[in-house]
Amino acid sequence: MKRQRVRPLLLAGFVLVTALAGVAVFAPALAPHSPTTQRLDEGLRPPSPDHPFGQDALGRDLMSRVMYGSRVSLFVGVVTALVSVVLGLAIGLVAGYRGGWVDEVCLRVVDVLLAFPGLLLAIAVSAVLGPSVRHVVLALCVISWTGYARMVRAEVLSLREREFVAAARGLGATPLRIIGRHLAPQVLPLLVVQATFGLAGAVLAEAGLSFLGLGVQPPTPSWGAMINEARGFLLIAPHLTIFPGLALILTVAGFYALGDGLRDALDVRGDS
Amino acid sequence: MTAYLLRRLGLAGLSVFGVVTLVFLLIHVIPGDPVDAMLGETAMAADKEALRHQLGLHRSIAVQYGRYLRRLGHGNLGRSLHSSRPVRRMIVARYPATIELAAAALLLALLVAVPLGVAAAARPRSFVNLASAGVALFGAAVPSLWLGPMLMLIFAVWLDWLPVSGRGTLAHLVLPALTLGIGMAALLARLLRATLLERLHEEFVRTARAKGAGRARAVVVHALPNALLPVITAVGLQAGALLSGAIITETIFSWPGIGRLLLLAIQTRDYPLVQGCVLVIALTYVALNLVLDLLYAWVDPRVRLGGEPA
Repeated sequence: MKRQRVRPLLLAGFVLVTALAGVAVFAPALAPHSPTTQRLDEGLRPPSPDHPFGQDALGRDLMSRVMYGSRVSLFVGVVTALVSVVLGLAIGLVAGYRGGWVDEVCLRVVDVLLAFPGLLLAIAVSAVLGPSVRHVVLALCVISWTGYARMVRAEVLSLREREFVAAARGLGATPLRIIGRHLAPQVLPLLVVQATFGLAGAVLAEAGLSFLGLGVQPPTPSWGAMINEARGFLLIAPHLTIFPGLALILTVAGFYALGDGLRDALDVRGDS
Repeated sequence: MTAYLLRRLGLAGLSVFGVVTLVFLLIHVIPGDPVDAMLGETAMAADKEALRHQLGLHRSIAVQYGRYLRRLGHGNLGRSLHSSRPVRRMIVARYPATIELAAAALLLALLVAVPLGVAAAARPRSFVNLASAGVALFGAAVPSLWLGPMLMLIFAVWLDWLPVSGRGTLAHLVLPALTLGIGMAALLARLLRATLLERLHEEFVRTARAKGAGRARAVVVHALPNALLPVITAVGLQAGALLSGAIITETIFSWPGIGRLLLLAIQTRDYPLVQGCVLVIALTYVALNLVLDLLYAWVDPRVRLGGEPA
């Protein structure tokens, strides 16, 4: 960690993610137009100096919509990652440290949730609850805490046999103190790296759900929903598909690069 | 092997029971009245009552759950609220299309990943290695919901080489399979390259090299068979992405599979059909993982004897 070498991947990821966060926070100031004002007489216009990304079917400025779209993506990504990490950390620590039936119950619950492939459970949850940003976050948290819980549990299983834990126990530390003071800090770097990849995953998942019409509802701009709306105009207005997609790819690539860079910098293993 | 087989079957049985129960809970314990959601709040009270009886919602949850389990035991998934056709028959009609798409995507992913991964490991400082890194990055960051329309635009609209959408000839299969398979290809290529490079340092490969085998022979003949185990595991994990990714891919290319059926069922609030589709997709995934695990144990004796997998 002390080496002064510049890490290009970490730097690239950091720059991309910072720029993205900047756009999301300052969207009202940066966007050239309102994201919702319709100009029906200017529908489907290609990129022009006044509208660098062109205009959508209702004549709304695409660049402004893409910029506002980053807000939904980042919000869903950050909240999902945070909630899942906290949940996964708590459950993984307790299951790993306590062991026994607590561990067994946690493992079986995780197994059942993991028996639903990929987005399927999230699709089912938001289908039943009805589409909204809040339900998207809820649906994604349901499927993503399991990964963190399993990882933390596996780490704790190997850590709890180590000398410093035995020493703490010998000095009379309560289980709660051992978990909070000695085990949690040990798994934190790994968790930070995984959460960065998880954030990218949540951004992609939100786009997927919104693309299927199960996520963010119009007129709120979301990249996935924008690509879905653009499907009917692929031939005559490909810019409607291209630009939201590029924003999505840059975002995901940014978090991947940041995660890879952090993994090297913090010297932890773990996969994307 | 028998002990392992029984343990693994038991776990699969637990998974099946969990999936079946969770799907029941999802549909039946949702906040709000499903009948209101299906018919709209302005529906006639008599209509609501009729639907409630048709679905058995006037009984207690426990009774409903028992009836649901009994029906499933007979392979009965209920009837669609809209077409009144048996859900099972609707799913059976769509299922082969999804399997065809997923299998084609998997095949394509392996056809891309294995040569690319092997070439990249055989020549670590070459153009091929760079190309495989490029494919890996592309596949990881480019989502199918964007790749699909782009492939459609380029190869079906501008170049006019392939059909835009639908199912029929082999040509119809190419773009959807590419859309669905490229992410998996990227992941497998990266994994295979990393595993091969690791294996190359092991003693049995170094012995082969010392006996005069070239690097290419060492990679393909000696390291590759030993690097395929993690690939089997990854295929199992990725099968989930394949099955749920099929829902998006089918939507893009109007592919008449179970994913599109599920989406249609959600849009029309056809809960028995939603329930049936979710169940069948999840159970397919459980079965697939069971088969892959058994395959893994068959290939690697350490697993079935209770040791640590490679």
